[in-house]
Amino acid sequence: MAEFNLPKNSRLTEGKTWPKPAGSNIREFKIYRWDPDGESNPRMDTYFVDCDDCGPMILDAILWIKNKVDPTLTFRRSCREGICGSCAMNIDGLNTLACTKGMDEISGPIKIYPLPHMPVVKDLVPDLTRFYAQHASIEPWLKTDTPAPEKEWRQSPADRDKLDGLYECILCACCSTSCPSYWWNGDRYLGPAALLQAYRWLIDSRDESTGERLDNLEDPFRLYRCHTIMNCSNACPKGLNPAKAIAEIKKMMVERQY
Amino acid sequence: MARTSPAERPLSPHLQIYKPTITMMMSILHRITGAALFFGTLLVVGFLLALASGKASFATAQAIYGSALGKLVLFGYTYALFQHMLGGIRHFIWDTAAGLERETRFKLAWATLIGALALTVLVWICVLVG
Repeated sequence: MAEFNLPKNSRLTEGKTWPKPAGSNIREFKIYRWDPDGESNPRMDTYFVDCDDCGPMILDAILWIKNKVDPTLTFRRSCREGICGSCAMNIDGLNTLACTKGMDEISGPIKIYPLPHMPVVKDLVPDLTRFYAQHASIEPWLKTDTPAPEKEWRQSPADRDKLDGLYECILCACCSTSCPSYWWNGDRYLGPAALLQAYRWLIDSRDESTGERLDNLEDPFRLYRCHTIMNCSNACPKGLNPAKAIAEIKKMMVERQY
Repeated sequence: MARTSPAERPLSPHLQIYKPTITMMMSILHRITGAALFFGTLLVVGFLLALASGKASFATAQAIYGSALGKLVLFGYTYALFQHMLGGIRHFIWDTAAGLERETRFKLAWATLIGALALTVLVWICVLVG
């Protein structure tokens, strides 16, 4: 059942305002904080970043805060160029990657929360265990009955083209955690990321398990909780279209009956 | 003293902080208008019942439905009908896996809203003038 309010232990409280540096090019940040070793509820801390001393991206700014203001601020990051998907978070109300989002794209104070409707490990770090389990459940690997060929499994350029817009997914979870249907039914609905991956294997010309894969998805929740809200495709920092992939799966479900 | 066990993990904020997108708004509006149509159907049934029950009850129904408040409710019902119908057509298009590209889905979402409002106003101009 959809529970619109946050549980008692999750409600936000007023946080600390950290010292403002000198300088003329200062940006204000409001950042979600929660300490698993403390006793209190999550809070919103206010920081000020000297943009003349800092790179242009949101990730640059939160690294600047961590290095120069508050070393306890916790978040995931790795590649800093939109390829690893680690720094996915809710910035200015929308899910995206901190490393590819420019500070100049946002006006006013910049609000940062962890990915929505997820258990928080600490600060901006959500627990993605279930998200990864859902990905595993669609069996994201080539499944064949035919004995393996001597060399590689061959595929025509036209068939290979069908994987474009699907294989680029970096599993950052921006899409799934932007989806209200996933918020309310994330325990049973697979969510856009896992379904986009499911489609990536469904239309792979080399895969011989299409029927079983569809059987596995034929379920009122796993696939059909998608109500075309489109937040997933609006959020994807790689410009992919999970909503379209899901529509294609629904279409395959219908087509295989005839 | 340090805690020996970690605190129970909070749930990160969701609906409270997510910036509304037009596609998201049209999705929830489709649901709300769908629910409103259920009650709108009751209005139709009530009107037909009054009609079937004779002159006196029909006159009462006419007075209620024709009052300012009655007209306002009927105006809302008209809008709900058009919003849900155009939303339904949008879903039909999406069911064919077409119209899902970024520009198109935003245009379709705006078109349902503007189209529903325009058709509602058009119908009521015809009702009030004609």
